[in-house]
Amino acid sequence: MSALINLFSYQFFQNSFLAAIFAAISCGIIGTYIVSRRIVFLSGGITHASFGGIGIGYFLGINPMIGAAVFAIFSALGIQFFTNNGKIRQDSSIAIWWSLGMAIGIIFIYITPGYAPDLMSYLFGNILAVTGTEISLMFSLCILIILCFIFFYRIILYIAFNEEYAKTSGLPVSFINYLMMVIIALTVVLNIRVVGIILILSLLTLPQATANILTNDFKSMIFLSVLFALVGSLSGLMMSYYANIPSGASIIFILVVIFGIMKLYSGLSRRYNHLL
Amino acid sequence: MKKLIEIKNLSVRYDDHLVLKNVNLSIDEFDFLGVIGPNGGGKSTLVKAIMKIIKPSEGEILYHIPFSKVGYLPQINQIDHRFPIKVIDVVRSGKADILTRNPFKKNKEEIRQAEELLEDMGIANLKDKSIGGLSGGQLQRVFLCRSLIKNPSLLVLDEPDAFVDNRFESLLYEQLKKLNKKMAILLISHDIGTIAFYVKNIACVNVNVFYHQGNKISQEQLDDYDCPLKLISHGKIPHTVLKFHE
Repeated sequence: MSALINLFSYQFFQNSFLAAIFAAISCGIIGTYIVSRRIVFLSGGITHASFGGIGIGYFLGINPMIGAAVFAIFSALGIQFFTNNGKIRQDSSIAIWWSLGMAIGIIFIYITPGYAPDLMSYLFGNILAVTGTEISLMFSLCILIILCFIFFYRIILYIAFNEEYAKTSGLPVSFINYLMMVIIALTVVLNIRVVGIILILSLLTLPQATANILTNDFKSMIFLSVLFALVGSLSGLMMSYYANIPSGASIIFILVVIFGIMKLYSGLSRRYNHLL
Repeated sequence: MKKLIEIKNLSVRYDDHLVLKNVNLSIDEFDFLGVIGPNGGGKSTLVKAIMKIIKPSEGEILYHIPFSKVGYLPQINQIDHRFPIKVIDVVRSGKADILTRNPFKKNKEEIRQAEELLEDMGIANLKDKSIGGLSGGQLQRVFLCRSLIKNPSLLVLDEPDAFVDNRFESLLYEQLKKLNKKMAILLISHDIGTIAFYVKNIACVNVNVFYHQGNKISQEQLDDYDCPLKLISHGKIPHTVLKFHE
């Protein structure tokens, strides 16, 4: 126990602890929206497109996270724009942005002189290296998401459930769709440091899939997702620190274990319910 | 008779494909208009134009009632049946005033209205269930409640009899007959045999729209309207005159 308290005296550990909490809140809420609307693939597209920005950031010598943010937001708006205007099918459009971003990233990292030392931390996450600036950005994002979901909860829910019907009720469908796209892009980029580009999809889907075993209501799913994401990211952080493995991998591993246990539990209780 | 909606010279094109051509149609107060026509003939497009989901390429639609008084029941297959949402929230989503009200005030009146509608449809017990576990007929009733919560003067229904069993179908039409005392109804169906029993007038939609006064239509008239439909009843002997349908 005292070892644990000792751990909290380190600035870097306090940062990662906060990062784990903020990641759980933002991914828990936004992931529920993503899973409910079945736009997991789209979120994958935005995530991977942001790699282009990381490559350009390296090349120009600016913070790769800024490049990633620009790329993520542009690809999110681009996908939404092409979908709205209907000329390109959405999944094709996503695949184009996805691979274009990755290609640009690889090209620019390749032509950047020298070795890209912490490239791995962008791909697989390194929660122990999160900086104070990133923490305050993650905190602001959480506040933004929470405010949006408090003020617009029903509007977001109605549009997500049945977009066409929402249009006939005069709801601002386009505005909310673009707003949510930007929020998804920001959530992806700001959580890259925690779980990495390759693994972030799981933080947006695993806690939700686990929550979905227990509930079929949007609001309960949000709260349960945040809860499962919290358990996963905090215990993943501990595992990452003590076993000295990348945080992304340990967090996802624990989330999968939780999912497996819940699935098994619900399966067994359904099958043997009559015996109890 | 007061006109609720007037469609004037309406044409709708998707890319270069003409779906509706020069449609003129009006819906009167307390009318019960059955819209029939072949698949791809433009029935849904007509309804979507009325609901302002798609823009007319030419012509216009005049609304003599506030648009918020037009209730809508879309085709059921457009909806994600596994979306995590409760029945009562689906019904409440039919209220159009959500933008103008305080998001923090619990809307007791709206909840009561929604519960009342579910009660009327005989599904009050499903209130807190999520839509995932409902049957096709239950789901249609939930969506009917959603379209009724704004007290519409005109109710527009796009194939409410699709994906439901026969028992629910007749229940639904009895329900609509009752509602028709309070509001006009526009109903799309591909089952003209059944709807002719309940509707007052018929519109045949196949790129062009022909308005047919009354609910008795013969095969010859359908052919005249360029409406390639066969009149076949549910009875043992196929017949063409709906009047004698049993």
